[in-house]
Amino acid sequence: MEVLVYLIPAALFLGLLGLAGFLWALRNGQFEDLDGAAMRILNEDPEDPPAPDR
Amino acid sequence: MTARVIKHDQQHLFTAGCCPLSGLVETATETAVRPAFAADWARETADPSAFVKRRDAGGQSLSLMVENLSCAACIVKIERAVLALPGVSKARLNMSTRRMVVEWQGSAGLGLDIVETVTGLGYPVAPYNPEILRKHDDKAHKQLLAAMAVAGFAASNVMLLSVAIWSGAFSDMTDLTRTLFHWVSALIALPAIAFAGQPFFRSAFRALRRGGVNMDVPISLAVLMAAGMSLYQTMHGGAHAYFDASVGLLFFLLIGRYLDARARAQARTTAEHLITLNALAATITDNQGQTRSIPMDQLKPGMQLVVASGQRIAADGVITSGRSEIDCGLLTGETMPVDAAVGDRVYAGTLNLGNPLGVRVEAVAADTLLGEIVRLVEMAEQGRAKYVRIADRAARIYVPVVHVIAAATFIGWMWFNGGLWEPALMAAVAVLIITCPCALALAVPVVQVVATGTLLRRGVVVKSADGLERLAECDYVVFDKTGTLTSGKIALTPSAACSEADLQTAAALAGHSQHPLCRALVRAADGFELPLASDVREVQGRGLVAIVDGKSVRLGRADWVCPTEGPVPPGAADDCLETWLSIDGAVPVRFVFSDQLRSDARQVIAALQAQNIRVELISGDRETPTRAIAQAVGIGQWTAGALPAQKVARIRHLASLGHRVLMVGDGLNDAPALASGHASLSPATAADISQTAADFLFQGEPLRPLIGTIEIARRARRIVWQNFALAIAYNFCAVPLAVAGLATPLIAAIAMSSSSLLVTMNALRLKYHRQQD
Repeated sequence: MEVLVYLIPAALFLGLLGLAGFLWALRNGQFEDLDGAAMRILNEDPEDPPAPDR
Repeated sequence: MTARVIKHDQQHLFTAGCCPLSGLVETATETAVRPAFAADWARETADPSAFVKRRDAGGQSLSLMVENLSCAACIVKIERAVLALPGVSKARLNMSTRRMVVEWQGSAGLGLDIVETVTGLGYPVAPYNPEILRKHDDKAHKQLLAAMAVAGFAASNVMLLSVAIWSGAFSDMTDLTRTLFHWVSALIALPAIAFAGQPFFRSAFRALRRGGVNMDVPISLAVLMAAGMSLYQTMHGGAHAYFDASVGLLFFLLIGRYLDARARAQARTTAEHLITLNALAATITDNQGQTRSIPMDQLKPGMQLVVASGQRIAADGVITSGRSEIDCGLLTGETMPVDAAVGDRVYAGTLNLGNPLGVRVEAVAADTLLGEIVRLVEMAEQGRAKYVRIADRAARIYVPVVHVIAAATFIGWMWFNGGLWEPALMAAVAVLIITCPCALALAVPVVQVVATGTLLRRGVVVKSADGLERLAECDYVVFDKTGTLTSGKIALTPSAACSEADLQTAAALAGHSQHPLCRALVRAADGFELPLASDVREVQGRGLVAIVDGKSVRLGRADWVCPTEGPVPPGAADDCLETWLSIDGAVPVRFVFSDQLRSDARQVIAALQAQNIRVELISGDRETPTRAIAQAVGIGQWTAGALPAQKVARIRHLASLGHRVLMVGDGLNDAPALASGHASLSPATAADISQTAADFLFQGEPLRPLIGTIEIARRARRIVWQNFALAIAYNFCAVPLAVAGLATPLIAAIAMSSSSLLVTMNALRLKYHRQQD
């Protein structure tokens, strides 16, 4: 059962990594407009047009 | 009626001292979805003077968003306290928009006192500004989402450990390992509960402090007691720990709460449209004869208003110069513009179609007919705010029952088990966990979200969170005519009498006018090559005259187009939409127009009647067109020439007869009726304020979405009731186990998640139901 000493922290660490990722995304405004993103993808014009070729 | 209700509240206010209308149980979601954001604001920028607006009457005014309102008594309490401040002349709080306007004489500094007074009563405030509102809503959302994520993380990890413990019970797990697992679970669960449980704890605490209970009280109790009990067990090396159940519970409930908060936020943002209705500026002629533009709120009675062609009139008044045609459609629902000359009254919100007008202002802003309509809408909406949602109605019964059973379990175990508190408390906690209202708190929002999504794909926008529940109860539909049963667009009725050449000539003239009939002619001639019309003159109130191909052509009223011709040709009725074309004084050609019915109006009315839903038509238009439309679609009961207040009166009357009325309308004149109906539906082409007042908006020309929306609303209600039945049945089986002390953590976890899954899957059935066409 000694393996638990590694496995439990490892499992918790991975879980926390996911949680941290989610909270980062939340803070980053990824969830502010859930419906808008689905609509925007249908938009023909890119919102940030690529820089013109030089 | 409103006055009586408020008086009633006041009595309660002074005797009971808390919110009487909401009873013992107040809406759980109402307080929990908005963690006191306004308090943050008060801390960050304590001085609201930046938002204080100086009024030209010499006073100040401030708009505030007030939070934590739960009933009409709160309104009285807040308004009285603010009015008691020195210099305050007006304090008006709108319950449904949660907006308060305060006006006072003196310095802007009083704004701070007002904010502190209202905050001191326990209602956080923020100066009203739609931008700010959006931001705080987002913040509340983020907090809920973060809480949900943390609870989800904790629930999944604790559950993993729990599975190990449960399987360990059947294998060779030592007590030491089990205790280690319990400690790790505690390490994850306790901080997660402290963070993710806050929305529930805060709301429960607020309710308790006010001397009432809400749904969040049993939830908080269950979670806290389960966690505390489990910690005690863990410290003493006990076998049973409920960490998984308490975080799992939080996770499920937070999902429901988040879905509900989203639905509400959506409803609220659409309600903020009202403000945009105000025109921004008006043009006046001052004493020196100079024309200048002033902000709308500086417009005063007695001023000379200049209304250009194509402009909306900013205030009620009397025409002092000019002669024109006014489109009153927004106010009255009439299709045809009316002639207006010197001495005639004009109303704010109407459109000047013809020549520039001079208008002496007689009433502005809230005193105008438009302002009256806005007030009617707000009043009607306050009445609707009293609607109690199904889940809250169920909660009123559910909460006391749960508490009584848990308390009885505890007392019973103490009594029969020789006064040992430990097993007694374990059993009571098990009861609280087993009975936790997942079906109410999760299944109802899920049904709501699924129904809203399904409707959205069919082109119907659900605007109010409880609109579906109210719609499902409707048994009577009141329609408006123009723009609702009809498409609101006047179109030329094809006729053999007018040749293509006539149409082309007429359209050539018509292109020079904004008159609705002329625009219909131009639309009808779309695709034809039009001859060139020169020397076009508009004769006010008569028609157009021009030279086409060297011939003098007149387009307009029959008696003007051919004054010398004999009798007016047959078929010329007063109420008929028609115009005449005469070329070089020849026998005139008649063009007849009509407001086109929506293509499926007749079938939709028939379908409604087949479902035993009674149908009525109330129009602001004149009698002849109203009767024609009513007959065309098969509506027996109709009223013509109804004013906005008469529409409301009719709906109130129907409601007093016990009907639940669905109002379907689009015009500004329908807005009060839309707000006073039990539920309301508008086409997406409706006036702003009507869209604001309506619960649902449908897109496109067909009227069919009305049927589909009613169908989905009813099916959603059926599923909600099924879920309640499921929840009750499951409690019926599980509660005796818990009372008997047989509900181990494993049974609690299985029962809780399986019942949540069951109700959620039942709710999702709504999505996969075939559309019946």
